[in-house]
Amino acid sequence: MAEYSAFSLLANALKGNKDWKPAWRKPDPKASYDVIIIGGGGHGLATAYYLAKEHGITNVAVLEKGWLGSGNVGRNTTAVRSNYLLPANTRFYEHSMKLWEDLSHDLNYNVMFSQRGCLNLAHTPAQFDDYARRGNAMRHLGVDAELMTPAEIKRLIPALDMSNTARFPVLGGLMQRRAGTARHDAVAWGYARGADRRGVDIVENCEVTGFLRDGDRITGVTTSRGDIRAKKVAVTVAGSTGRVMQLAGIETMPIESHVLQAFVTESLKPFIDTVVTFGMGHFYMSQSDKGGLVYGGDIDGYNSYAQRGNLPIVDEVMSEMLALFPGLARVRMLRSWGGVCDMSMDGSPIITTGPLPGMYLNCGWCYGGFKATPASGWCFAWTIAKDQPHEFNAPFTLDRFHRGHVIDDKGQGANPRLH
Amino acid sequence: MLITCPYCGPRDVIEFTYQGDANRERPNPASQNLDAWNAYVYDRLNPAGDHNEFWQHSGGCRSHLRVIRNTLTHEISSVAFARGDHASTSRRKAEGKS
Ligand SMILES: Cc1cc2nc3c(=O)[nH]c(=O)nc-3n(C[C@H](O)[C@H](O)[C@H](O)COP(=O)(O)OP(=O)(O)OC[C@H]3O[C@@H](n4cnc5c(N)ncnc54)[C@H](O)[C@@H]3O)c2cc1C
Ligand SMILES: [Zn+2]
Repeated sequence: MAEYSAFSLLANALKGNKDWKPAWRKPDPKASYDVIIIGGGGHGLATAYYLAKEHGITNVAVLEKGWLGSGNVGRNTTAVRSNYLLPANTRFYEHSMKLWEDLSHDLNYNVMFSQRGCLNLAHTPAQFDDYARRGNAMRHLGVDAELMTPAEIKRLIPALDMSNTARFPVLGGLMQRRAGTARHDAVAWGYARGADRRGVDIVENCEVTGFLRDGDRITGVTTSRGDIRAKKVAVTVAGSTGRVMQLAGIETMPIESHVLQAFVTESLKPFIDTVVTFGMGHFYMSQSDKGGLVYGGDIDGYNSYAQRGNLPIVDEVMSEMLALFPGLARVRMLRSWGGVCDMSMDGSPIITTGPLPGMYLNCGWCYGGFKATPASGWCFAWTIAKDQPHEFNAPFTLDRFHRGHVIDDKGQGANPRLH
Repeated sequence: MLITCPYCGPRDVIEFTYQGDANRERPNPASQNLDAWNAYVYDRLNPAGDHNEFWQHSGGCRSHLRVIRNTLTHEISSVAFARGDHASTSRRKAEGKS
């Protein structure tokens, strides 16, 4: 039932594009479901899609307090990569990369996945060695990685300041060619349509306000649109994890909410055709298909639920951009915005059964969870369907902190604002 | 965002370094209670609203401060020297965790 095909595009174009059907229904919530997923972001929608597609579980509702895509799935800077150091992360994110590579085809929805590469710049010999180590670790697990010399980098990104007088001269870099970007809204819409067509109810403007319980067991939720019962309740609310878990009586989590800002410039002619990251601070940039430069840097650095940022980071990000690309000094910034990230204590996600019976939890994505969307949904669906993790997400339990099995790719310790 | 240092007066947030959640209760250094140490290191209240936190006026008088700041609005309702202070106001319930 391919809905987008050369033929359907042509036929609809000739009829004035009046016959397109809505991509998903707007059902009222039923009284009960097999599975309720709280949070209609990328991860919740992907979970619903894979529950239906891989496990045949279709009596499912996704409850979203706002509209689809109003959370981080529609606020991120769209970078997709699997260039991690630790095996647990590399395996998980590489599984995601493989799903990305077939996603537009699988969903029959163009998510504009573009493998334009992701280059991490090194500015000190130690950093270059560190990237060589990371690249080797990746290649051991079958992931592509290559070191680049300054001459190669200069050819790839002519606008970069490669001079010796740069504030932090570029000594080389680590490139993952299969990395790139994807159209983030299309990812949410494609998964939503795929889940809807398989029978999943996607209920927007439905805020979960509490949990129904039978003793310790979670048996449903209370919402702004009434009580809804379910055999299984899955939580995928990204930056709202702390708040929603408090509704279940769980007061503390290995999570802090922090705001991350992003920026986009006015449209330019083709300027850069890869994703590039700065090694001496925190800055990364790519160019959207519309022409705007999309970029960002550090989180604001203190707990925040405000979906907007403060000026010091704006200032810092701009100066880092100019350290790399002096030629952008007079380009105008078009928009900036913020999203609330659930920063975990080791920088890695949590995809787990529990913490209460009947509940399943997916959180801790920090500011890197967009790239994980397919694998997150795929692994979470597996965990919900089978009441146990798949081997790809088995290391990402909630109790890993207390067992001492943290997955700290950057070696920053239990300090969420540094991950 | 402005933080009013009790010593220096109102200053821009860029003069300060965030030192995180001030609700956590540090166990006695001699304690061998692993659950208490784990909770201290990893578990956070993370409220949407008033948050009890440490900041240092690192670009000024270098005092360590205890600040109550609203995480939704960034409104600051109290700033005090952290000296002599201990996390006795902690509201945590780590013991009840599963
Ligand atoms: C500025 C920015 C840039 C980023 N850049 C990148 C990047 O380049 N690459 C990358 O990999 N990652 C990036 N990320 C991180 C990535 O966007 C997130 O980790 C990921 O999108 C989180 O998963 P999600 O899509 O499901 O979250 P969301 O889209 O936030 O979904 C959670 C949903 O839950 C809903 N919700 C919350 N509470 C309730 C409730 N009580 N009832 C019902 N619904 C509720 C919310 O409304 C929201 O829609 C970035 C994040 C930000 C903020
Ligand atoms: Zn001071």
